[in-house]
Amino acid sequence: MSEPLFTADEQKKFDAGIAELLSHYPPDRKSAAMLPALRLLQSLKTWLPPEGMQLVAQRLESTVEAAYEVATFYVMFHTKKPGTYVIDVCTNLACALRGAEGMLAYLEQKLGTKAGENGEKYFLRETECLASCGTAPCLQINEDHHENLTKVKVDALLEKLS
Amino acid sequence: MSVLAEKVITRDWAKGPNHTLAGYKKNGGYAQLKKALTMAPAAITDEVKKSGLRGRGGAGFPTGLKWSFVPSLEKNSKPRYLAINADESEPGTAKDRFILENDPHLMLEGIGIACFALGAHTCYIYSRGEFKHPSAVLDKAIEEAYADGIFGKKLMGTDYELNVYQVRGAGAYICGEETALLESLEGKKGWPRLKPPFPAVVGLFGCPTVVNNVETIASLPRIFEKGSEWFMKLGTGKSGGTRLVTVSGAVIRPGTYEVGMDTSLRELIYAKEYGQGLPEGRTVKACIPGGSSAPVLNADELDVKLEFDAFKPLQSMAGSGGVMVMDDTACMVRCLWRVARFYAEESCGQCTPCREGQPWMARIIRKIEEGRGESADLDTLINVAQAIAPWPPIGLGNTICALGDAGALPVQSFVQKFRKEFEDHIAQKRCPHGDQPWGVFGEFK
Repeated sequence: MSEPLFTADEQKKFDAGIAELLSHYPPDRKSAAMLPALRLLQSLKTWLPPEGMQLVAQRLESTVEAAYEVATFYVMFHTKKPGTYVIDVCTNLACALRGAEGMLAYLEQKLGTKAGENGEKYFLRETECLASCGTAPCLQINEDHHENLTKVKVDALLEKLS
Repeated sequence: MSVLAEKVITRDWAKGPNHTLAGYKKNGGYAQLKKALTMAPAAITDEVKKSGLRGRGGAGFPTGLKWSFVPSLEKNSKPRYLAINADESEPGTAKDRFILENDPHLMLEGIGIACFALGAHTCYIYSRGEFKHPSAVLDKAIEEAYADGIFGKKLMGTDYELNVYQVRGAGAYICGEETALLESLEGKKGWPRLKPPFPAVVGLFGCPTVVNNVETIASLPRIFEKGSEWFMKLGTGKSGGTRLVTVSGAVIRPGTYEVGMDTSLRELIYAKEYGQGLPEGRTVKACIPGGSSAPVLNADELDVKLEFDAFKPLQSMAGSGGVMVMDDTACMVRCLWRVARFYAEESCGQCTPCREGQPWMARIIRKIEEGRGESADLDTLINVAQAIAPWPPIGLGNTICALGDAGALPVQSFVQKFRKEFEDHIAQKRCPHGDQPWGVFGEFK
């Protein structure tokens, strides 16, 4: 027997969350809740395990294929378990003009990882413009936003991770 | 130099926290929604038309006109929806985020006004997935509005029901395109729809839907407070109001500023209230005026005003107000590579010219930047761009949505205006800037 997907507490949160989400849409449009429902699943499990996507599809009266299609289209969804810390670094033009490429190299060196590689502890990757162009360079750690970065600030952020 | 006499969006931000309902009400909040609820819906739309309000998401389409495309209930009895585009992701643009964080109720009040005018009883705010903090502030604001009896079964105590929900995206630039946004709201991948039919007729769940940008909707309470004439007069030409623009890149004081429509790019870059110019000894080489999909301008073209129609003669656009400045030490090939890479990554894969063409262009530009370029590459680059969207720009290129144009037009403009830099890379078989392609800023070289 494989382990159950959710603990009792997670199951409660999932059920309540799905019920709330479904109340936001017309009764014949349950599948519209796909993005928020997958987000809910990911918030509980840190990623989207296949059996979780199956459950979401079932609750939304949709299909597993539809859930996969959405899960693989949007970059914030993890269909593979990510490292404990997902670090998204903006390297688009406005940040690049303020040193983002150098910041990414600095992070690679400090963390001993390569951008795009998903390790057990860190998943460092380049991301697209984070709407922080006037406060560049910037990055997000597990979706928490950090801007106007300097070496001192990056060092302080990394210190909190270890 | 025209310093803005009256601010629209950011007016109350200096007075202290305005993100709570209490703070917002202290500054007169929700009085305009109350007033609008006593008006006839058609009269509200008329006011918006007269105000000259134009869409701040990038296209600059007249808002009142957009609303008037929604068919009457006699012609189409389906429910109607308002969808707010808070999926701010055009590179260079960072303004809607500040509205969500600093003044969410300003947008929510605007939503109430717009929904009543449109006969919509449900509004979905599609916010960017990466906006964790702005989304949290907005959720709190929506909660406050419900608790205070503003939204819900009885909108401000009237018999009009209005429900407002925030839906967060999950990382896809394409969902800022209005029909992709609707697909995403329906729980699908963000593949744009062929138009017509336009969303005003067949939108969310097959029902009439208006999609408006955050800043556009946040302008409404002021229009009803001060009048459409006041708003029109604030602007210039056919564009009413002010603009929130973000200036980034090689300026001393990057940031997001509310400016008059008659402010020029040069003023935005150099004025002490805004960008404060470049570091000593540096000059502007290039400027992208409206988000990275807006064709690049050179140093001689900075006197253009930020009004929506002013960029047409320059074959560029005011877009979403993302102004990116490159100084004389920046490598234009490297800059274009960053832009091209973005569109290659974000192409949704639906239309062949864009799906195949954007990565192809990015590969060629990278090859040139890395010193492996050949003389035929520039022609190939232009041919690929031309196959996605013709230059000079004519509106819509050979793809379902404007992402095709968004990626192809910058390539055309960079090569046209900075051709010598591309040729130098090819002739010298290296980047003439060596390992310093990014100019002067930042500690991380």
